[in-house]
Amino acid sequence: MKVSVQSEDFDLSTEVIEISMNTRTGAVASFVGVVREVPMTLEHYPGMTENAIKKIVEEARSQWEILDLAVIHRYGDLQPGDQIVMVAVASSHRADAFAACQFIMDYLKTQAPFWKKEHHPEGARWVDALASDDQAAERWRGLKQQQRLLKP
Amino acid sequence: MKVKVLFFANLREQLGTGVEVVDLPDSASTVAGLRMHLMRRGGAWHEVLADMKIVRVAVNQDMAAANAPLNQGDEIAFFPPVTGG
Repeated sequence: MKVSVQSEDFDLSTEVIEISMNTRTGAVASFVGVVREVPMTLEHYPGMTENAIKKIVEEARSQWEILDLAVIHRYGDLQPGDQIVMVAVASSHRADAFAACQFIMDYLKTQAPFWKKEHHPEGARWVDALASDDQAAERWRGLKQQQRLLKP
Repeated sequence: MKVKVLFFANLREQLGTGVEVVDLPDSASTVAGLRMHLMRRGGAWHEVLADMKIVRVAVNQDMAAANAPLNQGDEIAFFPPVTGG
């Protein structure tokens, strides 16, 4: 289970191979976030950021079968087209891999201490948090309650 | 009681500091107490820390509520809602 907060770029293919070693692995789902249009600087809280991501990973492991995973988030100066973040989840079957991958991204967006500053031609601007990101994370709570109700 | 206080993103820029050690009176030993203590400095401190809708707080790297108690040597961070991913 790899969690890394780093300034360097990453290679998705290498990470996917790394997490697919277990012979029970039948599905790997992955997500890559990319810088759109405007150069940006990503600030983080060293220590807390890594711990926040590890907590999200633990929460995912308690809900889905995860054989291995990799979460990498970059910080520092990034250009349009640069990779920002990746999540890759290996599981026996696709349903758990897809769900866990999306859950981790949705929670990372609202729980992990990162802040984006965009460098527009007219000046730099800190990005505002989006209500839609809170809603994306929130809907998993409803799902968890449903699963609890369905269990005997 | 001495605590380490960190500021991130636009809070760090508006306050002009990223980290400082604050000597806090025992009567102000909660997150809310520290916030009021800093707001009394006036100017940007009052302006930035007054709006709790845009300020989040962590104590020893865990998210904390206003009534969370503080102890000698704690690390308290003030920052805006997160925008990573």
